[in-house]
Order: sequence, then C-alpha cells, then structure tokens
Amino acid sequence: MATKETQARTSRSGSPTKAVRRRRRRLLVLVATRKGAWLYHGDGRRKSWRVDGPHFLGQIINHLVLDPRDGQTLLAAAKTGHLGPTIFRSTDLGRTWREAARPPAFAKAADGSGRAVDHSFWLTPCHANEPNVWYAGTSPQGLFRSEDGGDTWEPFSSINEDPQYRAWMGTVQDGTPDGPKLHSIIVDPRDPAHLYFAMSGGGVHESHDGGQTFAPLLEGLEVVEGFDVTDPTYHDPHCVRLCPSNPDRLYQQNHCGIYRLDRPGTEWVRIGKRMPKKVGDIGFPLVVHPRDADTLWVLPMDGQTVWPRTSPEGRPAVYVTRNGGKGWRRLDKGLPERQAWWTVKRQAMCADALDPLGLYFGTTSGELWMSREEGDDWDCIARHLPEIYAVEAAEPA
Amino acid sequence: MKVLIPTPLHSYTQGPEVEAHVPTLAEVLVDLERQFPGIRFRMIDEQDRMRPHIRFFVNRRIVRELGEPLGEHDEVAIVQALSGG
Repeated sequence: MATKETQARTSRSGSPTKAVRRRRRRLLVLVATRKGAWLYHGDGRRKSWRVDGPHFLGQIINHLVLDPRDGQTLLAAAKTGHLGPTIFRSTDLGRTWREAARPPAFAKAADGSGRAVDHSFWLTPCHANEPNVWYAGTSPQGLFRSEDGGDTWEPFSSINEDPQYRAWMGTVQDGTPDGPKLHSIIVDPRDPAHLYFAMSGGGVHESHDGGQTFAPLLEGLEVVEGFDVTDPTYHDPHCVRLCPSNPDRLYQQNHCGIYRLDRPGTEWVRIGKRMPKKVGDIGFPLVVHPRDADTLWVLPMDGQTVWPRTSPEGRPAVYVTRNGGKGWRRLDKGLPERQAWWTVKRQAMCADALDPLGLYFGTTSGELWMSREEGDDWDCIARHLPEIYAVEAAEPA
Repeated sequence: MKVLIPTPLHSYTQGPEVEAHVPTLAEVLVDLERQFPGIRFRMIDEQDRMRPHIRFFVNRRIVRELGEPLGEHDEVAIVQALSGG
C-alpha cells in the first residue's frame, strides 16, 4: 500500500509524477576540452553537481561519449600536442581507462602517399539493434567503425580512399583551422543501413546500403557567393542532427545558415532566414528536442567580415524555434548581458532527456552553462576550465 | 642500448629509460610496441612517418630515417618537440 508521501508524489493515473521521475534519474555531463576531460555527476533535479576530473590532464579530448546501450562504457577521442591520436575506453564510468588496441588509422599506401589520422573528432554509438558498434569521424576526413565497443577500429566504407570523395575532401589547407573534419555521423534508429555524415568541408552525404555507397545530399543549400553550389567541396556543414521523434527530419547548421530537411524530400529549406537580421543564422551547434521534432535550439555567432566567431556584439544568446523554423525566440536570461566574447563549438551544446528538458553548453572560454527549463533561464555550473570542445549529457545505468 | 623515453610516454613505459638490443631504429620501435602496446602509433603514423612533434636522436645526433643503423652502445633519445601553449 502506498504511504501518504508516495501518494502525494503520484499522479492521478497512478504513475510517478514528473518531479519524482526526475529525482530517480541520474545525470552525467561529459565535458571534453583542449586539456583534458571532466565528468559532472548531477542529481535528477539538476541542482547539485559533483565534479570528477580532470581525466587525461593535458591531452586534447575532442569528444567524450557514454554508450546509451549500457550506460557504463565511455569512449574518449584523445591526442596530445606531441603524440598521435588514440581512443581511450572505460567500462566503469571513468574509474579506469584502457587504450584502444587499434585506434582509427587509414590504410597504408604502398607509395607513401597515404593519409594519417591527426585526431579522432567525432564518436557515434549505434542503436540497440547493433550491439557494440560505434562510428568515428576523423581529421583529416575519414570514417571508421568498431564492432567491439571501441577497442579495435577499421576504415569503413570506400569513401576514405575513393578518388571522388578524396577530391571533395580537399587538402588540409582547405579545411577548418585545426584540420578538416568528418562529423555528424548519424545512424537512422529504424534502419542501421541508413547513414548520414558531414564533412567540413565536403558536404552532407547519405547511404542506404550500410555504407557501401554514399551520395551527396546538397539540394537547396547555399555556398559562399561565386562558388559552384553543385560541388560538395564548397559545402561546409557545421553540424547535422536527426530528430529522434521523427527520424525523417534533419536540421543542419552550416557556413551559410540554418536548414531543415524533411525526408523523403531531398531539398534543404533555409529556416534561419527568420532569425533576427542583426544576429543572423551563422553558428556551429544545433540541439534537437528528443520528443518534439518542431523544437530546435541554436547558438548564433558573429560570421561577418573576418569571421570573429564570437557572440554577436558580445551578447551571447540561445535561440529556439518551436515550429520547425517558422519563428525564433531569444533565450538569454542569466547569460552575460555584455562584453562576453566567447562562442560554442559544434559538439559543445546538448540536451538531456528529462521533462522539462535540460540544455547544456560549454564555451571556448571554459565555462559550462545549463538551463533546467529548456533555455528559459541559464546558470553557470563551472568556470575556468580549458577551452571546451564537446559537451554530452547522458544517463548512466 | 639505452632508449630514453620522454614524459608523455611514461604512462606506457612507467619510467624514463628502457633497454633495447636491435640493429635499427625501426626495430627499436617495434620492440617498444611489443613491450608497451600502443606506444609506436603515438610516435609513428600509419604511413610509417614520424609524427610532426616527435624527434629521434642517436648519440645526440638527430636522425630522420627509421632505417638508421644502431650499435649496441648507442643511446637513443625520443624527444617531444615543444608545440606552444
């Protein structure tokens, strides 16, 4: 029989109230930085946080991801200023780490012309229908797959060595300041043979055959004026996200704006044109709502003139659309009102799955911010970290 | 021969110095990998090229070829080139 206390916390339907469900769940916010990684353990109310770190102090951690299939396995994409890249793996939430037996590496070219992985940049765990399978995207652009939980990695698909893809990838000089990257690896939750990835630069690509073949997905996208819009080389997607509640919907933040794509359609629609003109629709991260495909958060940056890549006018703000991009609302309560010149990288903004949903982002100046109310107000939960490269919110088992 | 290990690689070797008894620098690296799995890839990429910020010295002389022959009494130093803040 339920006690008075539990009755009070139980809704009329007999299921636990939202408040009770929140208290039962634990949260883990994974922060990857230019000089190590930190784990923030939160209670279900997201009121108190216990910091665990630094892990790998001094190492460049581009991405730190918890496997949602077991809630225990962490993978960290690491390198240092001197040493080559590797993947570290923990099966006990970061208490102990072991290095991958075979990190991502390109095939060796007999004539010495082959590429070398500078760093692994992006990690994607697959869904429950592919146990132990992960994908990794690297700089320079390469796509890799592990079938043993991240211990050994093999080049995946033909794109790494395909002459056409190599031409679209360009050279190291064509890429972002710290190297061209393959990122936004997306596995359709309904069909593991249906894959997407993006390259900065090199465009967005799709496979329907488990990665045997890929094709560009560029229709409707703009490129910098004067360049050939049909050539993937000139496309620079910054971040692509698929909506879990509607896997036929994708959003993309790229060098020229914010776009939406509804499948089976093939034409991207620029929804960022409805952002305030003074702010624009240039930025890096995108966050989709896990239960509402019409809701999307972005964090614009200054993409004018020499591309300062700072908060526009030094006044950072998140923007949200609740209707698939028809309108946007500024969310800046609690954020600095002036003279804040940081920005947020493409992997450094995310959401948890609680209700109301929590949002998190990490700044280039080493601050970790969160909102318990879907962006309506913001608190800084950590300062003085190294430059933040990635933030992931997860629920440990 | 003596092989001096830089601090970023001590997590593999658990110390600043190891012994090797092989005739080339390339084989030193293979021997290190055998003893300390993963260490070679941190210094040498998948195309068998030295990584940009790793340098090798034999008797205080820089060497740029992995095929460099070594004698039993040589001293090999693996050095991390500084790369800014």
